[in-house]
Amino acid sequence: MGMTITQKILADHAGVPEVKAGDLIEAKLDYVLGNDVTTPPAIKILKQLGTGKVFDKDRVCLIQDHFTPNKDIKSAELCKTMRCFAREQEIKHFYELGRREMGIEHVILPDNGIVLPGDMVIGADSHTCTYGALGAFSTGVGSTDLACAMARGITWFRVPEAIKVILKGTFNKFVTGKDLILHIIGMIGVDGALYRSLEFEGEGLKSLSMAGRLTVCNMAIECGAKNAVFPVDEYTLKYISRTNPKRFATSDYKIYTADEDAEYVQTIEIDLGDIPLTVALPSIPSNTRKAEECRDIKIDQVVIGSCTNGRLEDIGAAAEIFKGLKVHEDVRCIIIPGSQKIYRYALEAGWLKIFDDAGCVISTPTCGPCLGGHMGVLAKGERCVSTTNRNFVGRMGDTGSEVILSGVPVAAASAVLGRVGTPDEL
Amino acid sequence: MIVTGKAFKYGDNVDTDVIIPARYLNSSDPEHLRQHCMEDIDKDFAGSVSQGDIMVAGKNFGCGSSREHAPVAIKASGISLVIAESFARIFFRNCINVGLAILECPEAASSISQGDVIKADFDTGIIENVTKNEKYQSKPFPDFVNGIIRSGGLVEYTKNQSGI
Repeated sequence: MGMTITQKILADHAGVPEVKAGDLIEAKLDYVLGNDVTTPPAIKILKQLGTGKVFDKDRVCLIQDHFTPNKDIKSAELCKTMRCFAREQEIKHFYELGRREMGIEHVILPDNGIVLPGDMVIGADSHTCTYGALGAFSTGVGSTDLACAMARGITWFRVPEAIKVILKGTFNKFVTGKDLILHIIGMIGVDGALYRSLEFEGEGLKSLSMAGRLTVCNMAIECGAKNAVFPVDEYTLKYISRTNPKRFATSDYKIYTADEDAEYVQTIEIDLGDIPLTVALPSIPSNTRKAEECRDIKIDQVVIGSCTNGRLEDIGAAAEIFKGLKVHEDVRCIIIPGSQKIYRYALEAGWLKIFDDAGCVISTPTCGPCLGGHMGVLAKGERCVSTTNRNFVGRMGDTGSEVILSGVPVAAASAVLGRVGTPDEL
Repeated sequence: MIVTGKAFKYGDNVDTDVIIPARYLNSSDPEHLRQHCMEDIDKDFAGSVSQGDIMVAGKNFGCGSSREHAPVAIKASGISLVIAESFARIFFRNCINVGLAILECPEAASSISQGDVIKADFDTGIIENVTKNEKYQSKPFPDFVNGIIRSGGLVEYTKNQSGI
């Protein structure tokens, strides 16, 4: 029987010719990822297991991004634990804050050319599913799985069933991958793809930039998916030729395509032209609405950034909208470039000047406010339009605060308008 | 293995941000996590839960973040079993790895009320509602998964198995 892209990657890494949905396999991992919240417990577990060394110091990525620069003493201890471990193990992909390679984990693993098509990655962070945008398999796990994977470079999986998403048409102006994935989550619900993979195809792919695809895959977890994956095309190849010229030049990557007779438990067809600028109202990502229907909702804060929407294209799109405009007097607008490289580019392109002139806060790369850590925690009764990925109760602060999810154009326009709004109103 | 306790009942899509809010993830100490478990949807939980009690919820329990701190917080609270209509994928895997017993059973999830006394047998998958005098059948885990849970998690199980 035919296999999906996900099934083929799993089969190859398990060293078997074929897998089918429901099979339990052990597979070799190309990269294993942890962050400052999930790695310290994993280090403790690794020590309990009596393992001296990680399986490959060049294939374990330890990224400090959640509570950095450290928000309090306890989080400083977490980073210290991780830093000491990284030094002791001579971890290649551990970067100090402020260094050019540094940033939010799911922004830098693709942008720094670590993950390439066909790679198999697990990370102790639920948004590890981001790298499917490159034609890789990636999924989130917890700290115990991280520890065992750091020790062995192998983990077990249940081979998932797949949902095929066929994209047609082209996006309307200002509509992005964020609107697409919010639309899908609104359509199938927060458990609509539970345990399954989402596999994208169709002529509509041409409307999705790499940044857009990374955003779509990033939020696949918000409909319960195990992973999401895009086929490799000329956009992917162009992207990896820049992020990792060496592996690109030597064709050190693998392109997988789905078989004609691959099995899908569900097929969803979407005309990109039908997708409006979309928001998800509190307190679940499936609570989606047309942004234009929410113009009476006043806001106190806007966050533009995160592993979902902190990429170069996102920060550039925000600058384009803020040019010559001011943030509304009742709003704090926090801009968080996803990496130091993006920060530097934004500096040289004059984007930071635009943000500063508009009255925005410009932050160093961090997950910070997305999970209510720091750099923009909300008080009771406050409301934020955010380009992040979750709007659960208390996600960004007090349980009486609210998060409305959107793409960058709606978030930037809302910052100027002081309420939920769209860029055509400016 | 049989457990008995009173039920704490919740709805659908209980996410890991309410099980243990991110503001408390600056430590992974079970005692610290226990004190804040469920506090954003049930302020009274930490104060009223007793050793052996059972958590019951609707579909997609544990959705959201991959934080293993969530099942650790529930386990440290004394909860002996979580019954739900369905579990989010990463949470499901994390529960087994940290040795928190879970059972998927839509019938039990909808029939059990807050405070009902529940008795469950992991080996047979039979869940008994002592208060309502009802029985529900869930699909039991294979022996090795029950072995992991009995050992207290994957680490202890691995140590036992490899004689460390």
